[in-house]
Amino acid sequence: IMENINAKYVSQKISKTRWRLVSHSSLQQPDIFATGSWDNEVNKISFWSIGNHGGSDTDDGFEGDPQLLCEYKHDGDVLDLQFLDQDRIVTTSSTGAVTIFRHHQNSQTISVSHRWPRAHRYPCDNAPCTGVVCSSPEIVTVGEDGKIIVFRADQEGVIRVIENADSSTIHAVTYLRTTEILTVNSIGQLKLWDFRQQSDAPSQILSLSGDRVPLHCVDRHPNQQHIVATGGQDGMLCVWDVRQGSTPFSLMEAHSAEMWEVHFHPTNPDHLFTCSEDGSLLHWETSTHSDMPSFLQGGRNNSMISRSAMAPAGGNQSLISAWLSGDSSKGRLETTHMLPSQTLSVNSLDVLGQCLVCGTDGEAIFVNRQVPV
Amino acid sequence: MMEEVDVEPAVTNIPAASDGKHLGFAWGPGDILVYETLYKASGTCRCCSFIHEVRKDEDIYSPNLRKLFNESHHIFVGLQTIREDLPSKNKKPQFVSISKNYRSVIRACMEELQQVAEVATQYGNQVSILLAIELIWNLCEVLFIDAAPAGSLLLHLLDWVRLHKADVDEKAAEVLQSESPAEHHDYWDVVVSYVLQGRLEEARQMLVKQATLHPAARKMYKLMDTLLSKMPFYNPGGTQTLTEFDVKWRHWHGEVNRCLQDNSFASNQHLEIILGDEDTLLEHKELLSTWYHFLVTRLLFSHPTVKPTELHYYAQSCMTMFLDARSVPEPLDNILLAAFEFDIHQVIKECSIALNNWWFVAHLTDLLDHCKLLQSHNLHFGSNLREFLLLEYASGLFTHHSLWQLAVDYFDNCPEFGRVYLGLQIEHIPLDTERKALKVLRICEQRQMSEQVRSICKIMAMRALRNNRLGSALSWSIRAKDAAFATLISERFLQDYCTRGTFSDLDLIDNLGPAMLLSDRLTFLGKYREFHKLYGEKRFSEAAKLLLSLMTAKIAPRSFWMTLLTDALPLLEQKEVGHRAHDNMDKKRVLSSLNTFLKFSTSSFNTLAASQSPPSRTLRRALVNSVRV
Repeated sequence: IMENINAKYVSQKISKTRWRLVSHSSLQQPDIFATGSWDNEVNKISFWSIGNHGGSDTDDGFEGDPQLLCEYKHDGDVLDLQFLDQDRIVTTSSTGAVTIFRHHQNSQTISVSHRWPRAHRYPCDNAPCTGVVCSSPEIVTVGEDGKIIVFRADQEGVIRVIENADSSTIHAVTYLRTTEILTVNSIGQLKLWDFRQQSDAPSQILSLSGDRVPLHCVDRHPNQQHIVATGGQDGMLCVWDVRQGSTPFSLMEAHSAEMWEVHFHPTNPDHLFTCSEDGSLLHWETSTHSDMPSFLQGGRNNSMISRSAMAPAGGNQSLISAWLSGDSSKGRLETTHMLPSQTLSVNSLDVLGQCLVCGTDGEAIFVNRQVPV
Repeated sequence: MMEEVDVEPAVTNIPAASDGKHLGFAWGPGDILVYETLYKASGTCRCCSFIHEVRKDEDIYSPNLRKLFNESHHIFVGLQTIREDLPSKNKKPQFVSISKNYRSVIRACMEELQQVAEVATQYGNQVSILLAIELIWNLCEVLFIDAAPAGSLLLHLLDWVRLHKADVDEKAAEVLQSESPAEHHDYWDVVVSYVLQGRLEEARQMLVKQATLHPAARKMYKLMDTLLSKMPFYNPGGTQTLTEFDVKWRHWHGEVNRCLQDNSFASNQHLEIILGDEDTLLEHKELLSTWYHFLVTRLLFSHPTVKPTELHYYAQSCMTMFLDARSVPEPLDNILLAAFEFDIHQVIKECSIALNNWWFVAHLTDLLDHCKLLQSHNLHFGSNLREFLLLEYASGLFTHHSLWQLAVDYFDNCPEFGRVYLGLQIEHIPLDTERKALKVLRICEQRQMSEQVRSICKIMAMRALRNNRLGSALSWSIRAKDAAFATLISERFLQDYCTRGTFSDLDLIDNLGPAMLLSDRLTFLGKYREFHKLYGEKRFSEAAKLLLSLMTAKIAPRSFWMTLLTDALPLLEQKEVGHRAHDNMDKKRVLSSLNTFLKFSTSSFNTLAASQSPPSRTLRRALVNSVRV
C-alpha cells in the first residue's frame, strides 16, 4: 500500500481536493481532480490529471505524477470545493464568497461562471463560508455566521436563507435526502434541516452526551440513508443512526487531533476514510461476513477497538450495518495508515473507485491508484 | 563567529523616497519598514505618506524553492527521529542516505528551475546557486559524512567530479552522432575529457574509432589501449590491501613512463596526461575548467592512494597553479578549499556569508551535528552552532505567510531556545479564519503553551462576541477553559433576556451539557432556562424546586434577584399547585425559602417594600396571604 503512494510537492498548502465525477455506468477510474489552496497571498484552484484515460492500468499502478492542467486565482482561502457537474466546481471562500468556476477542457482554461461575493457576512466584517454541498443546480452553503444559504446555479440571487440557523460556526453540510440536509457545528451538534418546512428551525438536533466537542465533518452512508459519520476536534469517529435516539451509536478513537474529513467509499461503503490534523489518513474497513479481513498487503495495521455508546435497541440484526455495531465480536474493523509518517496535517481527501487523492499542509498531494476496496 | 564584518554592507536604494529626506525605520521580523520623516537637510519639505517595506530574503517567496523547503523539512523531521543509542557503525549508512536525499531534493529543484530559467532569465542566478550548493554538499558528504579512507577517497572524489561535469556526455553524444566521429573537431576533447575524469573504458571505445581510421598507427593505438586497460583501480570491497594496490599502481605508472620516454606516442601526445604531470594537465585547463577537477585528476594519475589528511596540501597547490596570478578566488573556491582542509567551521562560516538564505547551512550543520562532527563549543549567546543556525532559518520561515508551519518543527528541535522563539512568534500569526486559529491552537496545546492558548482563544472569542456569535464565543471559552469569558457570555445572554423578555440562541442554552459547569454564571443561565422550560410545560412543582435551588445556591447575580422574585410570584399564586399533599409542602418550602432569601437580602426587600410598583405590591399581598396558610 505504501509503495503505491508518492508525494507531489506543489508549492501551495492544499485545503481541499475532489475527484471529478465519473459516470456510474462506465467502469472508468477517475482521471481529473481539482484542488484549492489556503494561506497563500494569492490562493489558487487547480485542475490536475493522473492520466487514466479509460485504459487498463499497468501492474505497477504508479504511472507518474499528477500533471497540472490549469489553474486560476482565488480570492481568499478555499474553504470548500465541490464538483457541480463535469465542467463546473463550486468553491467557498474565507471572504464569504461563493463562486462557480468553469473548466474549459478543450483549451485547458478556467473562467468564473457565477459569483456571490458576500454571501456569508457579518454586519461589519467578512464571514468565512465554511462548507458547500450541491446537487445540480441546487447549492447549499454554510458559514461562520451560522447561516444556511440555498442557491441555484442558474439564478442571480439566493433562493433561501436561514438566518440564525446556528449560534456557533457551522463547519460542514451534507445531504441526507434530496430535501433534507445535515449540518455540524462547533458546539458538537448534528442538526437535520428539512427544506420542505417553512420554519427556520432544525427538524432534529443530535449531540454527544458528554463534552460539547466541535464537529468538523460529516458524511452520509451512500446506501443506508440513516447512517451518518462525523468527526471532530478530538479526532473521534462517531457513527450515528439519525432515526434512533439523539446520541451516536458508536464512538471510535481515530486520530490524536482534529479530524478534517470523513468519507464513506461511494460504491463500497464497507470502507471509510478519515484524515486529520495529526498528519494521518486512515482507511477503515468493516467485514461482517467472515472473520478474515478481506485485504492485507502490508503497511501499518492497527486494529482499533471501538466502544459502542449504546446497544442496538432490538430490531432486525441483519439490517443493522456493521458500522453501527462496531463491535469486534460481530464483525471486524480494521484500520490502516495510508500515508508515510511525519506528514503535516492532511486537510482533505477524496476517494472514487480505486483512486484516492489527498492534500496536506506540507504542500504535497498524494495519489494512490490502487486502494484495496 | 562573526565579530568582524568581512565584507562591505550592501547598499539598497529606496527608489520612491525623495532626495535629501531623512528616513526613519523600524525592524520587523524579516524586513524593515522605512518611512520619510519631516526632517530635511535644507529647504522646504513636502510630506510623503508612504511606508516602504524592505525585504531581504526573496527566496522564500519563490514557488520553486518552496518545494525545496517542504521536502527538506520532511527529511529533517525524519533525521531527528534516528535513535541516539544506535552504534555509529549502523548510523553512518543512514546518514549518508539522508545526505543523498537532501541532495536529490536540491537536484530536483534545480532541474525544474532550469526548465523555467529558459523562459525567465531571473532564475538563472538561482540555478547556479543551487548548483554550487549541491557541489559543496556533495563534497561534504564525501569528506565528512562518508569519511572515506585512502583508496576509496579518490573514487568518491572521481564520482563527485563526474557528477558535476555533465557536459562531456553532451559533447560525446554530438560527436558520436556525426558522420565520422573520429574526424569531428571535438573528438579529441571528448577523449581527453573522458581520460581526465578517469572514464577509461569510454575513452578506449572512442579510441577504437581513431584506430580504424589510421590503420598505419594501429600499433600505437593498441599500446594506448593496453595501457589504459591495465590502469589499476582500487576496489574497496575486494581482498587487495591498499599497499598491494599501491605497488601495482606504481608498476603501471612506471610502464607508462617508459612508454613515454621511448617516444612510443610521439605522433599523438594527447594521452601524456595519464602520467599525471601537472604542467601537462594544465595544458587542458579549458577542459578541466575548475581547479578542483584539476586536483582530482592530478591525484588520479599521480597519487591515487591519497589520504584525507594529505588533501589540503594538494588542494592548495592545485588552486594556486590553476588560477592566474591576477584572479581572486571566488567564495565557492574558498569554501571548497576549507572543506579539503577539513575545517568544517570555516566551511559553514563561508557559506553563511556567501549565501543569502540560511537553508543550506542550517540543514548541513544539523546533519553534521548528528554525525557528531561538530565540536560543541558554545557561542557567546549560550546555544550551540547548530541551534543558532536552525533558529535563524526557522525565524526566517516564520515571516512567510504560509511556511510558518514548517518552522514549528525546527523550533521543536532546538532544545535551548526553540520553545521561547516559538512562543513569541506564534502569537503574531494573523488569524483570518477559525480553521487557521484551530491549527495554531493545536500547535500551542501540543506544547503546553497555555498562555498562548488562552490569548488566542480570547481573541477569537472577542471577535465572535463582537459579531454576536454567542455560540462560537462560548465554544472558544470552553476550549481555553476560560471561566471569566464564559461569565461574560452568560451576562450577554441574561442582558438580552432582560431587555427582550425571551432568550436568544436557544439551541445553545438548551444544550450546554457539562460546559455549564465552566462558570457559575453559565450554570445559572442554563438552570434558569430550564426553570422557564419547566414552567412552560406546567411542571410547577419541579419548577418551584429549581427556582428554590437557584436562590439558595447563591449563584444568581444580584441584578437578577428582582427577576427571580418576580418569577416566584405566579408560583405562589398557583391555586392548582396545592392539591396534593406533597405539593402543599413544596409550596410551604418555597415560601419559607423565600422568607429566608428575603431576610438575607434585606436591602432588596426594603427596596421592594418601599417601592410602589405593582410586582412589589402583589408580592407583599402574596406573602401576607401565605402566612395565613
